[in-house]
Amino acid sequence: MRLKTGGLIDRGTALRFRFDGHDYTGFRGDTLASALLANDIRVVGRSFKYHRPRGVFSAGSEEPNALVTIGRGAGAEPNVRATMQELRADLEARPQNCWPSLHWDLLEVNDWASRFIGAGFYYKTFMWPRKFWEWVYEPAIRRAAGLGALSGAHNPDRYEKAYAHCDLLVIGAGPAGLMAALTAAEAGADVILADEDALPGGRLNGERATLDGGAGSDWAAAAVARLRAMPNVRVMARTTVTGVYDQGTFGALERVGHHLDDRPRGLPLECFWRIAAKRAVLAAGAIERPVAFAGNDRPGVMLAGAVRTYLNRYGVAPGRRVAVFGNTDEAHRTAADLVAAGVHVTALIDARPDARSTLSVPFYPGGVVTGAEGRLGLESVRFEAGGRSQGVMADCLAVSGGWNPNVHLTCHLNGRPVWDDGIAAFVPAPGAVPGLIPCGAAAGVFSTAGCLADGARAAAEALGGLGLTAPDLPQPEAEDAPYRIRALWAVPGKRRAWLDLQNDVTVKDVRGAAQENFRSVEHMKRYTTQGMAPDQGKTSNLAALAVLADATGRGIAQTGTTTYRPPYTPVAIAAMGAGAQGKGFAPERRTTSDQASRKRGAPMIEAGLWYRPSYFPKGGERTWRESCDREVGWVRNAVGVTDVSTLGKIDIQGPDAGAFLDFVYTGTFSTLKPGRVRYGIMLREDGHVMDDGTTACLGEGHYLMTTTTAAAGPVMRHLEFVAQVLRPELDVQMVSVTEQWAQFAVAGPGSRDFLNGVLDAPMAEGDFPFMACGEVSVMGVQGRLFRISFSGEHAYEIAVPARYGDALFRALVTRAEGMGGGAYGMEALNVLRLEKGLLTHAEMHGRVTCHDLGLSGLMSSRKDYIGRAAAARPGLVDPERERLVALHPVGIEKRLLPGAHLFAHDAPAVREAAEGYVTSACHSPTLGHPIALGFLKSGPERLGETLRMVDHLRGVETWCVVRPLCSYDPKGERTRG
Amino acid sequence: MAELIALSPAGAALPKRIGAVTLTEAPFAPMTGISPHAGEVAQVSAALEAAHGLALPGPGRMLSGAGIEVLWFGRNRWLLIGAAPGDGLAAHAALTDQSDAWVSVIVQGAAGVDVLARLVPVDLRPRAFAEGSVIRTELFHMPAAIARTGAEDLRVMCFRSMAGTLVHDLVTAAEAVAARG
Repeated sequence: MRLKTGGLIDRGTALRFRFDGHDYTGFRGDTLASALLANDIRVVGRSFKYHRPRGVFSAGSEEPNALVTIGRGAGAEPNVRATMQELRADLEARPQNCWPSLHWDLLEVNDWASRFIGAGFYYKTFMWPRKFWEWVYEPAIRRAAGLGALSGAHNPDRYEKAYAHCDLLVIGAGPAGLMAALTAAEAGADVILADEDALPGGRLNGERATLDGGAGSDWAAAAVARLRAMPNVRVMARTTVTGVYDQGTFGALERVGHHLDDRPRGLPLECFWRIAAKRAVLAAGAIERPVAFAGNDRPGVMLAGAVRTYLNRYGVAPGRRVAVFGNTDEAHRTAADLVAAGVHVTALIDARPDARSTLSVPFYPGGVVTGAEGRLGLESVRFEAGGRSQGVMADCLAVSGGWNPNVHLTCHLNGRPVWDDGIAAFVPAPGAVPGLIPCGAAAGVFSTAGCLADGARAAAEALGGLGLTAPDLPQPEAEDAPYRIRALWAVPGKRRAWLDLQNDVTVKDVRGAAQENFRSVEHMKRYTTQGMAPDQGKTSNLAALAVLADATGRGIAQTGTTTYRPPYTPVAIAAMGAGAQGKGFAPERRTTSDQASRKRGAPMIEAGLWYRPSYFPKGGERTWRESCDREVGWVRNAVGVTDVSTLGKIDIQGPDAGAFLDFVYTGTFSTLKPGRVRYGIMLREDGHVMDDGTTACLGEGHYLMTTTTAAAGPVMRHLEFVAQVLRPELDVQMVSVTEQWAQFAVAGPGSRDFLNGVLDAPMAEGDFPFMACGEVSVMGVQGRLFRISFSGEHAYEIAVPARYGDALFRALVTRAEGMGGGAYGMEALNVLRLEKGLLTHAEMHGRVTCHDLGLSGLMSSRKDYIGRAAAARPGLVDPERERLVALHPVGIEKRLLPGAHLFAHDAPAVREAAEGYVTSACHSPTLGHPIALGFLKSGPERLGETLRMVDHLRGVETWCVVRPLCSYDPKGERTRG
Repeated sequence: MAELIALSPAGAALPKRIGAVTLTEAPFAPMTGISPHAGEVAQVSAALEAAHGLALPGPGRMLSGAGIEVLWFGRNRWLLIGAAPGDGLAAHAALTDQSDAWVSVIVQGAAGVDVLARLVPVDLRPRAFAEGSVIRTELFHMPAAIARTGAEDLRVMCFRSMAGTLVHDLVTAAEAVAARG
């Protein structure tokens, strides 16, 4: 019911919203929860397991009951806490976990069967037959239980991640946090003040208590305004600090767009901040805890502090006849606020026998509530006082069992909170997080004056660590009432009393866990699922462990808490992974020929982060194979052009560059003459092959190393490691020039004539023999030419500065097409190298040696190099190792498949009999049949042998014959010619 | 014979103005990597000063003169922007042409730091990253170099091949900042 006056809401701005298919009205400044209460909506959702009706329980992020789904379609957001969702125009909310309707839910049958399906029921019942768990029981249980569900569609909303840095992060903007922020800001520190609420101020916005004689909320608003005006302060409202990480890093979730009537284009819904702070002040306040008694989950049973918040901040009375139950003076404060708002208080029940009250309401000291009645909303409360059980009418019961300091963040680096008997609660352990200073209610200080002073104290301590001096700020006058509590967790009784409202865990469940010997609090948690719902047990953990402590005959301190882990409140994966959906997962690297290739219709394939053309389709071709075969034919018979810029290019210079190369390659490079290129293999320390490639000598002490596309990064890292750590005495400088050059392979018998058409000075007879290199002028641009071949043909690679790559590629392809050739893609490139038995990382897969690859001849015996000693170990040169050979098909079905395994022709196709495997395969248009490379035990010694090739995955079995590695032009006459 | 046309890495994707931020691609300029030979940093610095009037800046710093900038660019590495390396440098340092290796975007405007705060884990506000500061860092998923070339100007450099992703990431971040108003 909305009160006629009062509250911090804007009564001039009415907002229409929809809940459960009905239209209602609220005001700007409402939350969905306060607007629902204002409209007398009591049942907001159904509970997780028993499908019991539930209503709004709190007024903050700890809310366990009032979870709703906001919006429709792909952007619908489940499990939104109605207490955190600000009301906006045309907000649409739906209840969850109920069918067919909120008020008549079929699965309420679970509630009637509750005595049979308590904690542990699943584990004991759904065990046999074993297979049923995964396919029958679990899916059925999952359908029956649960809260909101995602749409299953792609999320259309934008999310964001960001970084922030500051001297001091103040977490929470209640009296302690505001005082801390003001103190640090005046001292000149770079301050971030993060507060979960849309309206900073904490309890000051929910209480009637005054500061300096004025409203607490006015003081808070003035303090925030003052902070916002300072250039060294950033006030981040709607921002929950969710986690503490090493070295002063904090995770924080900012709700950016949820509250806006119209979200501007491009505005994210949420922003996940990573805040690096030199110091932090934790002023996160405290969460009120309930008391467990029979039926304490009825809609209408609420936390007392929340009742005051709804009265004072939102101008809403959560009931017309309200009873109050507590064990501290909070109960009296609540009753007083209700009376002041003109709400009928039917009973004030204080568990402390020595309590006194001056209020003119029915007062029952030493009383406890024993039951709450009313199916779809509280109707009456039963209680015991003075040895007598009695009932009272109430549609709302405000409950306070005391306050729990928000110690969560102090525990994220494995700190454990400390039990404080005086306030019957856990408080942060001193120094639990380096540089983070808890203060105010989060540190167990509960009076307003105490919080203000403690905030200033914490800031001064933080400033000291920053080398700044705290100013002496005047402190406003505020209440300083002592906190008197008589611990009360659960009222004894036979009927179900709820602890964890979100996961439907009762006192009986926790006692049952202890009975089953799950006595550790961590075991109890997992057995009962207490504290494992999205709210992480914010209002239930302490009571549950107190009940467990009682059941096991231990103290609460001795029982200890479960582990607090980030995030403090739920964070959408969409926020944590913001920007990384779809193609945002990784950067795209595009070659200079990318546009031209795509324009020719080439499908692109990914090679690491690069995109390379797979093949260039021509009209009339129906399959990629047709295009690929044609492109292979161009290279074998005319001329083909392909982009090889993605290969790693490392410029290596210095007086000791040659010695350096000798150390990283198995072969010798210091003897390489300027203008010459050599093929090399580099090993890892363990003697296995790391990468291969060519290195050109561009001049005295100046080399250009090429790596494979995939290994460009790892090789660069390896070289830096060698230069900095293994051979720091060598004077060598290196830098990647991969991005500087656009490089194209020009291959085919016509390649020399072809190139002479684009070079400003044509090659003379005898210029650029095989494995030569040099500078050239290409259509007026200074470039480099290398006579190297990955296709087995007479071939070159021509390089120009990347800005000319696009133009040169277009010119080369046009010219090649005029000579009966054209551009070729990765498929043809692969076929050409397989026909020649040349390697890629399909073969150099990390577990092979030079010996396995038939490249022992490249291992110099006259010098040391990385991996030499390890590669000489007997196990790595055993002739019976799996060694590389080519495979050709025999028999009727001519198929060779990469990944297939090789078996002797008379052996069974079982793991123990496997003798090798196929690494690469293709159809060779040159030879007219498939060819493959593979590793085979003693392979090169078994040429001519027929083997079984079995692909268990694809269900293919064929025959093949072992052949020498090079299937085409084995003497290399075409390459050198 | 036809001439080869030079294309800039970002091409037509820039310039863009989004809210209070302008994204412009830096014009073509000669860029040379300078890595002094062992023990020759002082000689390189002297040669650079003789040829271009600028010494080698210390780690995390850059120096600029008339149309010329020298950026610290990592361990034993500097980047000379705006002029071909002068005589005398080659004797003491490994020089590599890097003119085409990078895409350079100038992020201009007071909100530039807010835009980059969406992508870069480093505090780039002037109080922490003053004019003349340089850092090798990451920009979302990419390696990047960032320099503060003016009170409200930041030069962002990424690999040329990643120019498309760089522009996409900057534009997305700038739109989000602009939408906050």
